[in-house]
Amino acid sequence: MHVFTDPKNFDAYVSGFLWILKLTGASAVCALVLGVLLAAMRVSPVPVLRGFGAAWVNIFRNTPLTLVIFFCYFGLFVTLGLALSDDLFRNIYWLGVVGLSAYTAAFVCEAVRSGINTVPTGQAEAARAIGLSFAQTLRIVVLPQAARSVIAPFGSILIALCKNATIVGTIGLMESSTVMKDLINFNGDAVIPIFLVFAGTFAAVLIPTGYFFGWLANRLAVKR
Amino acid sequence: MRMKRMAAIVAAAGLAVTMAACGGDSDEGGSGTGATGIVGKAESQKKLVIGVKADQPGLGLQTGSKYEGFDVEIAKIIARGLGVEEGNIEWKTTVSANREPFIEQGTVDLVVATYTINDERKQKINFAGPYFIAGQDLLVKADSTLTADQLAGKTVCSVSGSTPAKRIQENYPDAKLQQFDAYSKCLPLLEGGQVDAVTTDDIILAGYAAQSQYAGKFKVVGNTFSEEPYGIGLKKDDKAGCEKVNEILKAAAADGSYKAAWDASLGASGTPAPELDTTKLTHCGAV
Amino acid sequence: MSTSSVLYDHPGPRAKVRNAVLSVIFGVALLGLLYWIYTKFDQANQLEAWLWKPFAEPKTWTQFILPGLWATLKAAGVGMLLSLAFGIIFAVARLSDHWWISVPAGAIVEFFRAVPLLLMIFFVFYGLPYVIDQPVTAFWAVVIGLTLYNGSVLAEAFRAGIRSVPGGQSEAAYAIGMRKTQVMGIVLLPQAARAMLPIIVSQLVVLLKDTALGYIVAYPELLARGVNDLSANYGNIIAAAIVVAIIYIIINSLLTAFAGWLDRRSARRAFRIPKQTGPVVVADSTAGGA
Repeated sequence: MHVFTDPKNFDAYVSGFLWILKLTGASAVCALVLGVLLAAMRVSPVPVLRGFGAAWVNIFRNTPLTLVIFFCYFGLFVTLGLALSDDLFRNIYWLGVVGLSAYTAAFVCEAVRSGINTVPTGQAEAARAIGLSFAQTLRIVVLPQAARSVIAPFGSILIALCKNATIVGTIGLMESSTVMKDLINFNGDAVIPIFLVFAGTFAAVLIPTGYFFGWLANRLAVKR
Repeated sequence: MRMKRMAAIVAAAGLAVTMAACGGDSDEGGSGTGATGIVGKAESQKKLVIGVKADQPGLGLQTGSKYEGFDVEIAKIIARGLGVEEGNIEWKTTVSANREPFIEQGTVDLVVATYTINDERKQKINFAGPYFIAGQDLLVKADSTLTADQLAGKTVCSVSGSTPAKRIQENYPDAKLQQFDAYSKCLPLLEGGQVDAVTTDDIILAGYAAQSQYAGKFKVVGNTFSEEPYGIGLKKDDKAGCEKVNEILKAAAADGSYKAAWDASLGASGTPAPELDTTKLTHCGAV
Repeated sequence: MSTSSVLYDHPGPRAKVRNAVLSVIFGVALLGLLYWIYTKFDQANQLEAWLWKPFAEPKTWTQFILPGLWATLKAAGVGMLLSLAFGIIFAVARLSDHWWISVPAGAIVEFFRAVPLLLMIFFVFYGLPYVIDQPVTAFWAVVIGLTLYNGSVLAEAFRAGIRSVPGGQSEAAYAIGMRKTQVMGIVLLPQAARAMLPIIVSQLVVLLKDTALGYIVAYPELLARGVNDLSANYGNIIAAAIVVAIIYIIINSLLTAFAGWLDRRSARRAFRIPKQTGPVVVADSTAGGA
């Protein structure tokens, strides 16, 4: 464990995981909003919106995240000149958030859409019968009921998001995986403890998260 | 210590389970670890596995199925000197971060990949050479006046896990360091002005600057702030192999094949071939 | 898609006009955005012919992209087979009656589901050799990493599938005198596999995408050859990335379409597991890796 008693290494470890948490937090919020919007588009009466939602999902679900993040850096920042912060790492961080959100939103969208499918059709029909518009039907009747059945998928998506955040390391953020690689590089004699500490940190955070969402889903499940 | 061993056993047990699930696929990379050095291997098997860079124009660049560049030419000279024909060399792409592991684990027999000789690496592996003395420098836009002492507040691009990146972090803490896994990713940024300089060894930078698509756009500052003796990496205990490689280099300097190697690769950039200073060759792990 | 029509009335004349107006506004905005991107790319000289010319040369395809694609498919193929084996073994192990089998199996599955693939590949490639005293090739680093992660996810999918097979099936099997192994192998697993087929296929899409991480350890797959190495030769990194992204999208769309076809096909079968049984697993497969 001598590797982590060196304060420099320990700091790198802590700040690496903090980046992961910050990436996960910001991207989770953005992806949730964007994903629900996309799902609404996909079930909307406007064909162009439906097409846009479908295209988004198909493009982002089928492209490796590494490439998505790559395009955020080289496309948005380098080519389109979209700098999100003057600070080097802040900029990479926000570009990473954009990429993770765009990618994760595709999965959120599909989860919400299948959640909408679990709501009995009678609910929507009743809503329409009392004169609610599409937006009202979705917002007041369908989505709140769908929300319960998407808790469990959302848990899995959140966990995947947290793990995927490591990929932002490929555009130069010193997050956990990059820090681990560097530590292994310079401490070849302590490979196993290094891996166990890094992997263990993820496991310690994500396994309880998984169980929490499972518990929540069970608690809120609608018995039909 | 015990803790570490326990951990190793646990991990190994976990892997054994996986391996069992994988079925018996162990014929991959079975070069073994009890190697008797590269001289022995070259003699008995008549072939060598050599690690080179794949993305550094002029030094080690993979052009389709072939590798070309100065490092590759040097590697060919060494292989020839060991009695291995060019066709029997198996080239392996290495990146900066995996060179020591590759040598230690026996994935490759030799590494000729812009590989700076330093004490930290000498702890793990042995170096023959140096066959070239490079120096860390900056690549900037052709109209830039930036020099190394003005780096504070500037953004510099380099490769993570490389010596140049580490030196920037330690010696120029005020410079902002953008790290990627390949230098080729730094160049569009330099072109677009998102980074102020790309830093690594002058010879590597020259290779990029000479590429046709960047011709005239960039310049190497020409004021090196380090000395990077390029060595040939091999196993730590392979003293005989190391000495043999040094002999081959000495002969190559004498018979002109060193110069030919330069002319066939980096010579295209117009830089005349350097002299190989044979007095500087390492002592191969001896004190 | 039946629900989407349930959510709104059949558009009358006013709704039709409104939808048309919305379509036009959104469409124009979208085209505007695309045009802006186009001009920006043009300004940044990303559309110059020399950047794209390499893709008209056969060498680019035969020596960079196709070998990379082959390496990607090879790693994905081997990874898929091993993940399926891993998944079945650990799903069955986790359902074992013996706690000393089910608990460790559960722990292993939970652990590998929680660890980022990137960490695993780094460890297998850089770290494992120190432990087993044997070099690990980049290929196996990628494949082992993919297997541990995707295998764990598939194990959970299989487990949910097995548990969702109606209880009467195994009761009937026991009643006619089958042993535990026979019940699992002959009765439960085949039904679970069929029910979970779409999920399994979509997890395989995830696996295929994840091979892209191989470039981190210099495994010469599509991303490494098509983007990094190609652009080192021609200096056209963005153009190369766009082409490679399109290739990934095409391959994965084919796989996804295949999954959809399987789903529809299995929907026609007599026996079908009710949808509500496995939302957790459905999510797992869609949540995806990199």
